[in-house]
Amino acid sequence: MNTLAAMPAWVALVIGVLVFAGALLACIGSFGLLRLNTFYRRVHAPTLGTTLGMYLVLAGTIVFFWVGEGRPALHVILIGVCVTVTTPISLMLLARAALERDRRNGTAGVPAAEPSESGAKEDAPLP
Amino acid sequence: MIASLATAAIFAAQFLLLLGMGMAIIRMMRGPRAQDRVLALDALTIDGMLLLLTIGIRTGSILYIEAGLIIALLGFAAAAGFAKFLLRGEVIE
Repeated sequence: MNTLAAMPAWVALVIGVLVFAGALLACIGSFGLLRLNTFYRRVHAPTLGTTLGMYLVLAGTIVFFWVGEGRPALHVILIGVCVTVTTPISLMLLARAALERDRRNGTAGVPAAEPSESGAKEDAPLP
Repeated sequence: MIASLATAAIFAAQFLLLLGMGMAIIRMMRGPRAQDRVLALDALTIDGMLLLLTIGIRTGSILYIEAGLIIALLGFAAAAGFAKFLLRGEVIE
């Protein structure tokens, strides 16, 4: 009962469609990562796979283990929660690091540091 | 017949995820600067996690789901550590 062939046909079809759509979105996101031409554009592309693509694959996985084992595999949701919480944090850190490095290199087209921005002042007293 | 179609869809999804991982690796090798490589590592981690989930569906084993959870968390730690290193030049201040 725990394989795709042993399931009812419409359940298998739903799982296949969900997983395929999610994988297609992740592939499109990686394609954007390869094709776009500046770093600040490339940051946006893989999030296609980390939001909707991951949600679709996780939905397919939940349906599969729900039908296959008779109980909902709720710890699959934990992956979704973890990735949803952590991806914006790491990408924010990365974009800030890239901005700081571009400012230090004097790259053209990068907005100047605002005085209120916390990362700009090195010797400010810590709260 | 529909079940074999669904199995083919899972295979196609795995192929697409491998393609995405390959494109992320190409970006990691080509990336003009360090932040592009870190971004490609993040995308590679997410695609690998999704690939583990599809392998879990094909084999019917729930262990792959937990491996995917660990890979997602380690990918976040790696990306955050690299970003911190790029910003300051050291990971732990």
